[in-house]
Amino acid sequence: MKAVGMGVRKKDAMALTTGKPVYVADIAPEDCLVVKLLRSPHANAMIEEIDVSRAQRVPGVACVLTYRDVPKTRFTLAGQTYPEFSPYDRLILDRHLRCVGDPVAIVAAETEKQALAAMRLIRVRYQVLPAVLDAQEALDNPVLVHPEEDWHALVPDCGADNRRNLCATGEDADGDVEAELAACDVVIDQIYETKANQQCMMETFRAFTRCDAYGRLEVVSSTQIPFHVRRILATALELKKSDVRVVKPRIGGGFGAKQTAICEVYPAIVTVKTGRPAMIIFTREESMTVSSPRHAMRMHVRVGAMRDGSIRAIDLHTLSNTGAYGEHGPTTVGLSGHKSIPLYTHGLKAFRFHWDVVYTNTMSAGAYRGYGATQGLFALESAINELAHALHMDPAALREANMVREGERMPAYYGETAGSCAIDRCLARAKDMIGWDEKYPARTMPNGHVRAVGMALAMQGSGISNVDTGAVSIRLGDDGIYNMSIGATDMGTGCDTILAQIAAQSLDCDVDNVTVHGVDTDTSPYDCGSYASSTTYVTGMAVVRTCEVLRGKITRVGAQLLGAAPEDVCFDGDCVRRMDSEESVPLREIAQAHMTAGVEDLSACESNGSPISPPPFMAGCAEIDLDPLTGQVEVVDYVGVVDCGTVVNPNLARVQTEGGIMQGIGMALTENPEMNGRGRTVSNSFLQYKVPSRVDARSVRVAFESSYEQTGPFGAKSIGECVINTPAPAIADAVYNASGVRVRSLPITAEKILLGERE
Amino acid sequence: MATYQNYVMAQSLEEAYALNQKKSSVIVAGNMWLRMCGLRRQTAIDLSGLGLDRVEETEDAFVIGAMTPLRALETHDALNRETGGAFAAALAPIVGTQLRNTATLGGSVYSRFGFSDVSTLLLALDAAVVLHHRGEVPLAVYQQEPWDRDILTHVRIPKGVRAGIVSVRQSKTDIPTLVCAAAMEPGGVRLVMGARPARAMIAAEGVDPDAPTAVFEEITQRVPLGGNLRASEAYRRKVAPVLLQRAARACVEGNHDD
Amino acid sequence: MTIEFTLNGRRVTAQADADASLYQVLRALHIASVKCGCETANCGLCTVHMDGRAVLSCSVPAARVQEHDIVTLEGLQEEAKALGGCLADEGAEQCGFCVPGLMMNVLALARENPDATDAEIDAYLAGNLCRCSGYMGQRRGIRRYLDSLKGVRA
Repeated sequence: MKAVGMGVRKKDAMALTTGKPVYVADIAPEDCLVVKLLRSPHANAMIEEIDVSRAQRVPGVACVLTYRDVPKTRFTLAGQTYPEFSPYDRLILDRHLRCVGDPVAIVAAETEKQALAAMRLIRVRYQVLPAVLDAQEALDNPVLVHPEEDWHALVPDCGADNRRNLCATGEDADGDVEAELAACDVVIDQIYETKANQQCMMETFRAFTRCDAYGRLEVVSSTQIPFHVRRILATALELKKSDVRVVKPRIGGGFGAKQTAICEVYPAIVTVKTGRPAMIIFTREESMTVSSPRHAMRMHVRVGAMRDGSIRAIDLHTLSNTGAYGEHGPTTVGLSGHKSIPLYTHGLKAFRFHWDVVYTNTMSAGAYRGYGATQGLFALESAINELAHALHMDPAALREANMVREGERMPAYYGETAGSCAIDRCLARAKDMIGWDEKYPARTMPNGHVRAVGMALAMQGSGISNVDTGAVSIRLGDDGIYNMSIGATDMGTGCDTILAQIAAQSLDCDVDNVTVHGVDTDTSPYDCGSYASSTTYVTGMAVVRTCEVLRGKITRVGAQLLGAAPEDVCFDGDCVRRMDSEESVPLREIAQAHMTAGVEDLSACESNGSPISPPPFMAGCAEIDLDPLTGQVEVVDYVGVVDCGTVVNPNLARVQTEGGIMQGIGMALTENPEMNGRGRTVSNSFLQYKVPSRVDARSVRVAFESSYEQTGPFGAKSIGECVINTPAPAIADAVYNASGVRVRSLPITAEKILLGERE
Repeated sequence: MATYQNYVMAQSLEEAYALNQKKSSVIVAGNMWLRMCGLRRQTAIDLSGLGLDRVEETEDAFVIGAMTPLRALETHDALNRETGGAFAAALAPIVGTQLRNTATLGGSVYSRFGFSDVSTLLLALDAAVVLHHRGEVPLAVYQQEPWDRDILTHVRIPKGVRAGIVSVRQSKTDIPTLVCAAAMEPGGVRLVMGARPARAMIAAEGVDPDAPTAVFEEITQRVPLGGNLRASEAYRRKVAPVLLQRAARACVEGNHDD
Repeated sequence: MTIEFTLNGRRVTAQADADASLYQVLRALHIASVKCGCETANCGLCTVHMDGRAVLSCSVPAARVQEHDIVTLEGLQEEAKALGGCLADEGAEQCGFCVPGLMMNVLALARENPDATDAEIDAYLAGNLCRCSGYMGQRRGIRRYLDSLKGVRA
């Protein structure tokens, strides 16, 4: 029976494609109160006075809550394992408003119209304060985003200091980077900038809450982190964790956005206060303006090499803007260096990676696919491309000479070894697929447009080493089917199916014989959630281990039924057989036996965490068409070749890669988060924030070059995040090859190209 | 979200016109932009029951009902044949087919949006609007007027005029960063610039489509341009002559996809 | 106000505010396939058929459907299974949230231009955003679906 490596359909595919009611809003109780938030018009202000009396009198209004009505315990919304690196800097409602959109009041009413009408009647007098909007001016600015006394960081090691607007600072280094750079023939010394891109999952943030029959708070949420949401809500609402239950049904995309508990506290407090079911559905505008976008980063890169193209030293300083709150601030920044610099481990003599993460009066950032690596790789891979030009080398040849190889130790990656690495094959295949040698660098077309190519490499991790945890429980049911429970959160990615495939492979059965369902913190085994590219690798290995234990139990019970010793039988997926005769007992009889005066429970639950985080690798090549007279760029072809270890489901891996590349193309070219001078996000809709449509990039082609990761389930590593990382640097270099203009700040707009200086 | 207390399906233009004289009324056309603007009105007036959704042809003109969806114009054979495919070229980039199935010509023309592809093309074609009360008014005049309480019932487009339209956009289905249209007249082409980012305006008339680039650069200098979220004035200034020249060429050679 | 219209072949009566959209009416009638993904008519998630044409139900005033014919994916379950299977065989449905709206537009395309090329498929469906799939798998699935219809016609 082969399940791993098969492109089976997602288990929920037909429910999703026939439009069944499976998402949060589809299954909410009819009598849910509608929860709306009055939001701050100011980037930095204190509420001097707030009068909700008129709002409370609007018919249908169940409650209007202000900062006076909420618990005073600070918390973070970041979905991270406790103790979180993100500082505890929030209240559900605060008198101090730290960014445009910060909630001022919570209104709950029978209908949306009533809630909106009530909201208009809330009278607020603000003391408007000066705001710090520019990350470069934030550190030690007299304007403090978090002057409050009860701000606190649970992990002091990350260097957070609210009196300096500092959410984190630190350094990691190996060797003498200054001395090595000084000895280099060529040093690229440039600054690169990325913006606060929005994940733009199609289903906006939403959750409903209600009191269950035991008086506990039940939360049904579109989330990637049900177990963290339970803890966050208990902390924020000062409830016992045992009094909170979180359920995750089907969810309409996440991409990291829902690794932050953006919306759950609001209906939760309404339910706590009123006893009524309550639901919040963020508008698209709210999802674009008060959510959890990518951390905008400004990266100063210095890469030094010898004339022969050997890269000797890399120095990277990242300034990251966490916005008004610190969600994921201390952690995302780390990936900007730890998941870029190791790519060039091969002959590297020294590196330094240092960082500052600052608070500003702008929208709080969060987790977005790639989680800092995307930003760091835009910077470093752009610098490597610049280095290639400076050395008059083909960027592919420069990479071939310097990139990490299997078995090499990576000092910039916590000293881990690249135990499985096919980056060399990825690059060779990508070059071949795009026709690099014929097309590099550019050619002019009959219509005057210029076609050019560019490339980039990428890596990511597979889970957070020594932190991420995934447990799985599987039990044998009637007729020999298996019920698998997981706490990992399928957000459309297909992890329910992927994990079922791993189970089926481990149990020698058909994937259809393994059932999976959504997550319920009351009944699912613990899982930190689906983020950090952890699910296939971390939880997948828990599946393998669980199946091993379960196989042992099945074998034992089978042996008993056969009157044999366990060591004299084997389990082949269908039957337990005696090895010394033809005698066997089918699985369904074993299942029946343990349900009939059974003494041995045929179930197993195992957990997994990993001391390492094996990186997936990728090579991406872009071919663009540039209209030199308008600066307009179109991606005519994009090739991505990925080493995610063993490909568990080729269809899903392929679509993950295509989707990640398309998001990367959007980040590179069209997605332009913008704020006005008063801190208001003006890219507040799909009208103003342009995610690619299907006519924006017509060809994305994907291939796999697999290594085998010994520590992963059947050799698998991760794929979800790595695949977003190559487009921005690859397209930036293609643009340079087409136009001579080097764009170092995203997005690469027609304007930057047309008005940019040729280098 | 727009809010109304009453929604009236007008039974006649007279009724619609009378209702629309109140400041608390608003005409609902395609309801694309209207619903986004947060407008709060007493009465919404719907013209969709008045047979204004047809393209009629006279000897010298297309007379198009105000409630005709954009998609009907995009796919209209005669209209595209006569104009060299200008309607298909102008309308296809607008968001998606579903939107163009209900977004109306009248809604676009009445609103005089600063980003309108439709107005840009119609202005080049020397179209006229037919207003219920005032009668026929050249679009070149109407385009500059403030919003009023008359009812736009038809748009009249002269036949036999070839046109070209080209644009730059942040993404393929975005509203334009800059859009230029040209239409063939006896003495040369009429050039119109839209998404300046203000309302579309006639940039020049009687221009030789084969004129050298310098001519289009000189025309651009006379057109007021500005900056917005999509591009700076400097970018528009630099790209405008290119688009004007391309529009003029498209007018002669026909429109194509890019 | 009270509106009466045909929904998936059945006559329905619904109460709606004067400023309600067809989308709101459909959700109130428990039509779960219709989703809302934006407020600016950009995403295509709310696509339904009105008198056979694909429209954005978020932008259609509820009052305007009086005596009209509305079809949602709930009324096209056979087609949904066939087309959904083609998407599922690519893994292209991913989170699925955009899929019903996409499928409604694909079914409109299949009627209007059954011989659509890949470029025509993309152009027709440009108003259906998807953030998961990168569109390539959707195109492969839709291609296969349209080809399967040709098999039926031949």
